[in-house]
This record gives sequence, C-alpha cells and structure tokens, in this order.
Amino acid sequence: MDLNRLQQDSEYRWRIPMEGPMQVAGIIFGDREQVLQMDDKVYEQLKNVTLLPGLVGAVYAMPDAHWGYGFPIGGVAAFDADAGGVVSAGGVGFDISCGVRTLHTGLTVADLEPVKNELADALYRDIPVGVGSEGAISLDEAAMSAMLEKGARWAVDQGYGGAEDLERAEERGCIAGADPAAVSKHAKKRQRREMGTLGSGNHYLELQRVAEVFDAEIAAGFGLALDKVVVSIHCGSRGLGHQIGTDYLREMLIAAPDFGLRLPDRELASAPIHSELGQRYLGAMRAGMNCALANRQILTYLTREVFARLLPQAELEMLYDVSHNICKVETHVVDGASKELYVHRKGATRAFGPGNPDLDDELRSYGQPVLIGGSMGTGSYVLAGTLESEGQALSSACHGAGRSMSRRQARRQYSGRQVVDDLAGRGIVIRSPSQRGVAEEAPLAYKDVHRVVDIADRAGLAHKVARLDPIVCIKG
Amino acid sequence: MTIRMRPAAWEHFEHDADIGLRAVAPSRERLFEAMAEALTAVIADPVLVRRSREIVIRCEAPDDALLLVDWLNALIYEMATHNMLFGVWHVRLDGHRLEARVAGEVVDRVRHRPVVEVKGATYTALSVTQDNVGDWHAECVVDV
Repeated sequence: MDLNRLQQDSEYRWRIPMEGPMQVAGIIFGDREQVLQMDDKVYEQLKNVTLLPGLVGAVYAMPDAHWGYGFPIGGVAAFDADAGGVVSAGGVGFDISCGVRTLHTGLTVADLEPVKNELADALYRDIPVGVGSEGAISLDEAAMSAMLEKGARWAVDQGYGGAEDLERAEERGCIAGADPAAVSKHAKKRQRREMGTLGSGNHYLELQRVAEVFDAEIAAGFGLALDKVVVSIHCGSRGLGHQIGTDYLREMLIAAPDFGLRLPDRELASAPIHSELGQRYLGAMRAGMNCALANRQILTYLTREVFARLLPQAELEMLYDVSHNICKVETHVVDGASKELYVHRKGATRAFGPGNPDLDDELRSYGQPVLIGGSMGTGSYVLAGTLESEGQALSSACHGAGRSMSRRQARRQYSGRQVVDDLAGRGIVIRSPSQRGVAEEAPLAYKDVHRVVDIADRAGLAHKVARLDPIVCIKG
Repeated sequence: MTIRMRPAAWEHFEHDADIGLRAVAPSRERLFEAMAEALTAVIADPVLVRRSREIVIRCEAPDDALLLVDWLNALIYEMATHNMLFGVWHVRLDGHRLEARVAGEVVDRVRHRPVVEVKGATYTALSVTQDNVGDWHAECVVDV
C-alpha cells in the first residue's frame, strides 16, 4: 500500500483522510511495514466502504486486513439507523457468524501425548469434515425453525451440551431477533445435511497447548496455564449462511437504486436498516448466526464424545465462543455520545472490555476473550478486550493471521504431503481429506500471526493473554 | 493473462483469500460453460467427474454479469444440495435467460479428492464483456 496516501495518527494507526464524497475517514491499524505490505485493494475497499450512508466514527481495517469482496477482510464499520444507515449483506459476507469456540480440556500435554495419534484419528473419523461430508442430524421444517430461532440453546435442549456452555457463548448462544421465515427454502435445504459439520478451507478443529502466557492474572481468570490443552473449533453457519448471503446480496444489489443507494462496489450491496428489506436481512442473518452457534455446539458434543472414549478424565468446558463475520447492534460512545449502532465486522473479532454486561460474572472483570486463529503450523492466540479497545475501533480486534499468498500461489509452492511431513517433524499431527487443501492452507501462505497479534496488542485493540500452539489439526 | 487460444478456455487468477475465475470464449454460451468448468476446478479436477446424473438449471437476470453470478450460484447450490460435482455443461441463452443441462456425479472423496467447498460467487471483479474481435470474456471471484 502506498503510504503517501495515508496520514499517520500514531505508530500503529494510519488514516485515509476525508475527501470528496467520503462520509467518514478510514483507519488502518498496523506498523509501517505491515501497512506497506498490505494490498492496495485494502485501501480501495476500505475507501469504498467510507462512501456508504449513515456511517458513524470511521471505518477500520485490522492489522490482518487483506483483499476481500466488498469490505476488506478485517474491516469494521458501524451505521446509525436513524441517520439513514444501512445494513450490508456484503459487509457480513457468505460465512455468516464464522467464528472460533475454544474449550478447556483439563488435561496437560503429558496426558495427551500417549494417545495423540489415536485421538486425531477418532476426531477425524467422527467429525464430518471436508467437501462431501454429511452430518448425522437431519432437521425437518419445525426443527429447522426452532434451531434458527434458538441457536445453541436449541442444541443444548436436544442434548448436545449443558446450560453452562451457553454462559460462555456470545449472546449466550442465541441472538434475539432471528426470523426463520426470512430464510429461503433454498438456504434451509442447503443446511439439511450440514448440521454438525466442520466445512473446508480455513475451517478446522485443533487441539492446542498453552505455549506462552503473557498476562498471568487474566490467563488464570480464563482458566489458561502453561502446557494445558485446549480445543479450538473454527467454522460458521455452513450452507445456510452461504445461501442467505447469496440470496440477500442479489436482492439488495437489485433494490439499491430504489433506495437511492449508489454502490461504489456491487459487493457492498446494502439496504437501509429501517427498510423492510434491511429488517428482513437482519432477521435472516441472525438466524444464520444462531445456526453457527448451534453448529459449533454440536461439534462440541461430537468432540466430547471422542474424548469420553479415549481420555475420560477430560472435562471439556467452554472458554468462549465468538464470531468474526457478523453485524451486531451495540451501544458505543462516539464523539462523547452514546449511540446504538449496527456494527459490521467482516473478519474482525468483537473485543468487549471489562465490565461489559454481555460477559458472564467470571469474565466480566477480565474483559472478553478474543480468540484469534492462526495457521495450522504457527499457533493461535487468546487476547482480552480492554477499555481502550472501545476507543480504538468500536471494541474490535483482528481475527487471524490473514493470507499472505493466494491459494493458487500456495499450491504451486507447496505439496500437501510435504506440509504434513514438515509439521509431523515438529510434533503436529494433521488429518485432512485433501492434500491439495493442506497445501493451500500451508502455514507460510499466511502472514506472521505473532506479528499481527503484537500489533493488535500495541495498538490497543486487545490485550495479549496467551499463545496456543497446535498439537493436532483436523482440517477441512 | 496466459489463456491458450482455444475455442473456450479458463484459468484461475490470484485473489488474497478466495479464488478468481476467468474465461474467454467465442460465444456467451461457451463462456458460461467455461466459467462453470473453472468453478468445478476450484473443487476437483473436472476430468475426474463422470456423467451419471443430469440436472436442468434455469435462471434469469437483468444483465449478463448478474446472470453469470446467478448461474455460478445455481451450480453451487445444486452441488451442495445433491452432494455432486459437475463435469459437463450445455448452456442455452435467450437474452438474459439461461437454461442449462448439467451432468455429473455424487462426490467420491477418494477418486475426486475434493479440495474446498465454494460458498458463493461474488460481485467483486465481476465482468462479462465482448472484445472487438467478437470473443467473450468473463471474470468472477468465488468465496471459498
């Protein structure tokens, strides 16, 4: 990215200054080298977002930002409904409520090591993963509607977990305002065989060890200690969410002229929040979020079943579950005034600070766990939202490493076998149905997650708590 | 662009997180077929797909570009709901109305070695154009 087009606010904060029809400024987080290495498309896409009506504050790109569709991946934007603000299906994307759930196991690396390969095989066998995999749960129309209305609560009611799981999930496992009737028959049909499936691409289930603790007090509060083993699940709303995105992107794009919206990029398809279409999309998108929450709850159940057979002493308790592709109604203080805003995070993680009422009693004094997935070779992070997060980017942080290499480049450069063997040499077990898929997800195809997280911490987006290194990765 | 000079050809182009599809063909019909082949190739080698089952797809859109997205999304939907891959496409166009017969088979995870699901076709970098010698060109980024 050409730094000459930016103003530097501080060491880790760069500004696309207001000009022409821009409604607000664009803010990019990163150090000089990171921003320099970002694709120019991030600049273009972020600037396009600044043209949408009803924006509040600024639009933001996280340190892992990269070229997306419509919004850059790592983009955050908030709209005021009463100021003509819009909700954008493109600003949420296809993978509605894609997110990360992390579970404690109560085990140490020493407990896991003797059965590591057996556990990897069992997880790979019992958790549907990759193209062509199907879940064992098939929902009829009534059950589908109940799931879309109640999310993880529905899954718990069906026996896929306990009420305590819900306390540690965003929205306590069920976002209000979901409207199953706003979800097309196509979307429901696409989900029919996909409940309890992991998906493919960058989705995974990993066993990880706590490899480094940066803040002992918060880590202890989160239940994390060196060499403890956790499970992280990265996936979203599966086919249902993908189809909701497809359906509403098209409808919003075609309806845009009727709303007087001049879209700078068709992928920014939007509708006024106060319009019937905007409300219908919000109802469908929230149903998509509930589907993602239910799906991660079922995957939790399947994981617990495997552990119960092989390591019955394990207790898989929730650390947290948070989405990074979603539009949420949140109250934020902007320019000294408290406002209810529709916050779009596309490849960005909510990072509420201490005291937020959305957090349960145990977490409230520490801030929200911010779960950052890395690549299968480099590790993941747990951060905590801080009070400073609010003022930086509407309580938002990065969501992962971000790709440094396209999938095509990655498969030209690496072979899946070579990646699996290299990682095995480092004690990391990979199970995946696709060698080409593994090559496309090679660790070096991603940016340096350590650096991304360091900058997020230094920029005040969230506070580093612990690093998690992979032990076993079930990859889609 | 390194497209070979054949009646219709396709390639994938670079996109940070997702995959770009690009094709050139002497007619819109062949162009849409080539883009469909490029879509299958994101998931698996189209040559490996047998033709054991046929499906008819119909869609209609206000312009060529939106029709292309609708066509690719219809294929994505059929692949997802029937757990299939397609290897043959016969497209007929009447203005901005499309009717296609597509043939393929249920995913065989051993033989096809499928790589990744496609979530949807996007409107980013989307174009359908005709050049001054009459060839048709298309680009579309799909989310994976």
